[in-house]
Amino acid sequence: MNAWLLVLVSILSGTAGDLLTAKSMRDHGEISDFRLGAVAGVGARLARDFSMITGVVAQAVSFFSFVALLGVAELSFAVPATALGNVAKTLFAKIFLNEYVSWRRWAGALLVAFGVYLVSL
Amino acid sequence: MTINRSREFKNQVFVWLAVTANTVGNFLLSVGMHRIELSPSASPLEYLRIFANPWIDAGVMLLIVWFASQLSLLSWADLSYVLPVTSASYVLTAVLGKIFLHEMVSIGRWSGIFAISVGVMLVMGTSPQGEIRSREELP
Repeated sequence: MNAWLLVLVSILSGTAGDLLTAKSMRDHGEISDFRLGAVAGVGARLARDFSMITGVVAQAVSFFSFVALLGVAELSFAVPATALGNVAKTLFAKIFLNEYVSWRRWAGALLVAFGVYLVSL
Repeated sequence: MTINRSREFKNQVFVWLAVTANTVGNFLLSVGMHRIELSPSASPLEYLRIFANPWIDAGVMLLIVWFASQLSLLSWADLSYVLPVTSASYVLTAVLGKIFLHEMVSIGRWSGIFAISVGVMLVMGTSPQGEIRSREELP
C-alpha cells in the first residue's frame, strides 16, 4: 500500500480516536475518586460508552496502520509524517470539541511537531 | 484557593504519571522485543508467545497505566492541553536511550528535544480547561 495513504489513514484514525475518547471523558465528567471500586465502576461505564468504544477502535486502526507504514517506509519518514497528527488534533479539538486554543497552545503543538521531526532525522 | 491548589496538584501528578508510564513502558517493550526472536511473518498465535517475557509484561502493564492516566486527565483537561504536555515522553525517551542504551544523540536530535521541551513548557503554562470558555461540568 502507498506510504502516504497509510500516513493519511494513521493520522485520520488517530485524530478520530483521540477526539472520541476525549469527548467520552468530557461527557463522563471529572474523575475525583481513585479508590479501586470507584475506578472499576468508571471502567465499566466507559466500556459501554459508544464514543469510547469507537474511539478505542479508531486508535487501534491508527496503531496498526502505523505498524504497516513501518513495513513500507523508514522510521525517519513515518515518525515525522505522523507527528503532523498533533497539529491536526489541535485543530479538530477546536472545531469539534469547541476548545479554546490560545496562541500558547498553537505554538506548543507546532513546536512539538517540529521537535519530533528533528528527533527522527 | 485550597481546592484549586489541590486540583493543580492532581493534574501535575497525572501528567507526570502519563509521561513516565508511557516512556518506561515503551522502553521495557523495546528491551523485551530485542530479546525475542520473532520473524515478521509470524502467525498471530506466535505473537502471544511474547507475553512469556517479563520485560514485555511489565511494559504492557505500564502502557495500561499510561492509557488510564491519559483518560483521567481528559476527564478534566482539554485534548489540546493533554497532547502537547504528554509529549514530554519524547524527551524522556531520548534521555533513557542515551543513558541506558548508550545511543548517540546528534545535535539535530538535541535541537528537536529542545523544541519539544519549549512546546511542553508553553502549554504547561496554560490552564488545563482553557482560559476563556467555562465548562459547565467543572466547578
